[in-house]
Amino acid sequence: MISIKNLHASVEDKPILKGLNLDIKPGEVHAIMGPNGAGKSTLGNVLAGREGYEVTDGSAVMNGKELLELETEERAREGLFLAFQYPVEIPGVSNLEFLKASVDAVREHQGKDALDSVNFLKLAREKVKAVNLDQSFLKRGVNEGFSGGEKKRNELMQMMLLEPQLCILDETDSGLDIDALQVVANGVNAMRDENRSFIVVTHYQRLLDYIVPDYVHVLADGKIVKSGGKELALELEEKGYGWLENGEA
Amino acid sequence: MNDVVNPAAADMPNQEIHQRIRKEYAAGFISEIESETLPPGLNEDVIRFISAKKGEPEWLTEWRLKAYNAWLQMEEPEWAHVEYEKPDFQALSYYSAPKSMADGPKSLDEVDPKLLETYEKLGIPLHEQMALAGVAVDAVFDSVSVATTFRDKLEEAGVIFMPISEAVHKHPELVKKYLGSVVPQRDNFYSALNSAVFSDGSFVYIPKGVRCPMELSTYFRINEAKTGQFERTLIVADEGSHVSYLEGCTAPMRDENQLHAAVVELVAMDDAEIKYSTVQNWYPGDEEGKGGIYNFVTKRAVAHTNAKVSWTQVETGSAVTWKYPSCILKGDNSVGEFYSVALTNNFQQADTGTKMIHLGKNTRSTIISKGISAGKSQNAYRGLVKMNSGAEGARNFTQCDSLLIGDKCGAHTFPYIESKHPSAVIEHEATTSTVSDDQLFLCRQRGIDTEKAVSMIVNGFCKEVFKELPMEFAVEAGKLLEISLEGSVG
Repeated sequence: MISIKNLHASVEDKPILKGLNLDIKPGEVHAIMGPNGAGKSTLGNVLAGREGYEVTDGSAVMNGKELLELETEERAREGLFLAFQYPVEIPGVSNLEFLKASVDAVREHQGKDALDSVNFLKLAREKVKAVNLDQSFLKRGVNEGFSGGEKKRNELMQMMLLEPQLCILDETDSGLDIDALQVVANGVNAMRDENRSFIVVTHYQRLLDYIVPDYVHVLADGKIVKSGGKELALELEEKGYGWLENGEA
Repeated sequence: MNDVVNPAAADMPNQEIHQRIRKEYAAGFISEIESETLPPGLNEDVIRFISAKKGEPEWLTEWRLKAYNAWLQMEEPEWAHVEYEKPDFQALSYYSAPKSMADGPKSLDEVDPKLLETYEKLGIPLHEQMALAGVAVDAVFDSVSVATTFRDKLEEAGVIFMPISEAVHKHPELVKKYLGSVVPQRDNFYSALNSAVFSDGSFVYIPKGVRCPMELSTYFRINEAKTGQFERTLIVADEGSHVSYLEGCTAPMRDENQLHAAVVELVAMDDAEIKYSTVQNWYPGDEEGKGGIYNFVTKRAVAHTNAKVSWTQVETGSAVTWKYPSCILKGDNSVGEFYSVALTNNFQQADTGTKMIHLGKNTRSTIISKGISAGKSQNAYRGLVKMNSGAEGARNFTQCDSLLIGDKCGAHTFPYIESKHPSAVIEHEATTSTVSDDQLFLCRQRGIDTEKAVSMIVNGFCKEVFKELPMEFAVEAGKLLEISLEGSVG
C-alpha cells in the first residue's frame, strides 16, 4: 500500500521527522504512538501535503506512485485520506455541497461519471445515518457550530463517502467521550477490509481497545524507535514513553 | 469606526497566495462600430448639443443647464476611502452614439449587426433567447438605447419601459414630475454632472395595482474610448404595484480610465414594491492597476406608506467604485433593504454601502453587506442609518462582514448612526474573517482544487445576498465571483 523510506521533514526549518521508515500492506492497521512533540501529527500532514511542511529527504510511494511529488489534492484523489484532529469550519458552505465537490473530484480522477444530485443525496443520507448524525447536518455549514464529537463523526462520514485506500486518523480520539469514540471506532472497523489500510495516530492506548491494530509503532524524536504487535500499546500504557526515549530501544 | 487592515498576516504564512494574481476579463473586447462621438470638452454648447440631438423640449434643456451651472460651483468629493487620479472633465467626450443609430432603428433588423454581435458575446441575447428567459431588456451602448425587447407585452399590462430619451417625448408629464425628485440636481458633484449631460438610460412606470409580468433589465456597455457614460434611470411604481429590475454592466479593456457616473431614482408609491438588482462587472483595470472604470454612481429610492424597496448589488468590476444605493423611508411602515456583495482584487478600490433614512413611523431597514478583498485591493463599507424625529418605533438591522484573501489587501468599515427618536432600535453586527490556509487544506485534502475551494468558500460567504437575486442572476453572480477571483490564491 505505502512504503515510507528515510523520511525527513521540517517545519519552519526545524527538523521534525528524521529518517522515518514504515511499510504498510493492504488491509493492515498500524497504530503510531508516542510522546507529545515526537512528530506524530507531522507524519499525517507531510503525507497529505500540507503547506509549511517541507520534505528534506526520503520517499513515500503509495500504490507505485511517489506521493511527495503530487499536489495535495492529487494525493487525496489517489486515495489518501487524513481525518483531522481539529477539523476547521467553513461557514456558509453546506456540508452537502462540500461533499459533492469532493466526491465529484475523486470520481472524475478515477474516470467515473459524476453522481447526479438525487443519487448523491441518497448516498449522503445513508452515511449520515451510519455515523449517527441528524440529516440536518447535510444542510449545515461544514463543521459550523458542530461540537467536537460531531466534527469527528463528520470526518468519518467523509471518509465513508470517499472510500479511500489509505486512511490516516490523526488523534481522532482527542476530545471524544466514550459513546462518540465507539461510534467512530465502529465506523472505522466497518470500513476495514483487505484492500484498505489505516494509520491510527494516537497518544493514548484507549482508542486501540476499539480499533485493534495489527502493528504498533512508537515514534520518538522523528523516528520509529520501536515496533510490535497490539500488546506493545498496553506496555506503553503501563510504562509510559520515557524508557524508550532514554535510548533503551 | 472599525478599521481592519491585514489582520490575517500573522496566521497566513501562505507565500503562494499572491503568486498567481492574474485575471481574465471576459467582456474585454472592443467592438468596431462606427460611432458619432462629440469632441472632448464640456460647456453650455455641448449640453445644448446633447439636448438638441435628442430633440428635447425646452424645459429639459434648461434643467440640464441649471445642473451644469450648479456643477461648476461644486467640488469633487474626497471623503471616500479611495485614491485615484481625478478625471479631467474637459478631456472627456460627453456623447457617443453608434452611427447606425443616427436615424433611429425602427426594429431590431435595422440595428447594426456588429452591435448585436457585441451583445451576443456578452451573453445578452436580444431575440428569442430572451423570450425563454422572460426578461425584457433595454440595452444601452455608450450613450444610447439600442433596443427594448418585449415592449408589446409590457404595453398590454400598461407598463412603460423605454429609453428615457423616448419617454421625454412620449410621457413628458411623468418624466417632468419625477426626474430629479429623489436625487436633486445639486445632490452631489456627480449627480450634478449627470443631470447636465445624461445621455440615455431606462424609464419605467408601473401603473396602480399592476404586478409587472416579467423581470425588466437594462444592460449597459461602454465601448468608445475616452467617453464617459452618464446614464439616468427613473423607475416609478405607482400605488400597489410591483416590479423587479435588473441591471448589468461591462466595458472593454482599455488602458485609460473611463468614467461612469450614473444616477438612478426609484419612486415607490403607497403599497408599491421595487426590487432593484445590479450585477456590475465594469472593466476593473489590469493586474498592475492600469485602466479600468471609475464607477461613481448615485442611486436612491423614496418609499411611501407601506412601500418596500430592495437594493441588491453584486459589484465585482471597476477600478474605483463609489456607490451608496439608499432608501428614504418617507411613509409610515415603509421598508428598505440593501444586500451587497462587493469583491475587489488586484488594485481595485471600492467604497460602497447605503444610507437608510427613516422618516416615517415603524419604518424598517435591513443592511447585509459582504465585502471580499483579494490581491492588493481596498474594500470599504460605508453606511448611514438615520432615525429622524418622526421615526417612532423604527428599526434597523445591519450586518457587515468582511472576508480577506491574502495579507496585502484591506477591509474597512465606516458605519454612521444618527438617532433622533428614543424608540428607534438600531442593531449593528460586524465580522472580519479570512480564507484560511486550514480551510484550503481541508478542501484540498478532500480532492478539491484550490480555485474551486476559494470560489466555494467565497460563495458560501455571500449566500445571504445571492439568495436575494433572481435565480438566473444568482448563478451568473456566482460565476462572476469565480472569474474575478481567478488566480487570487496560488
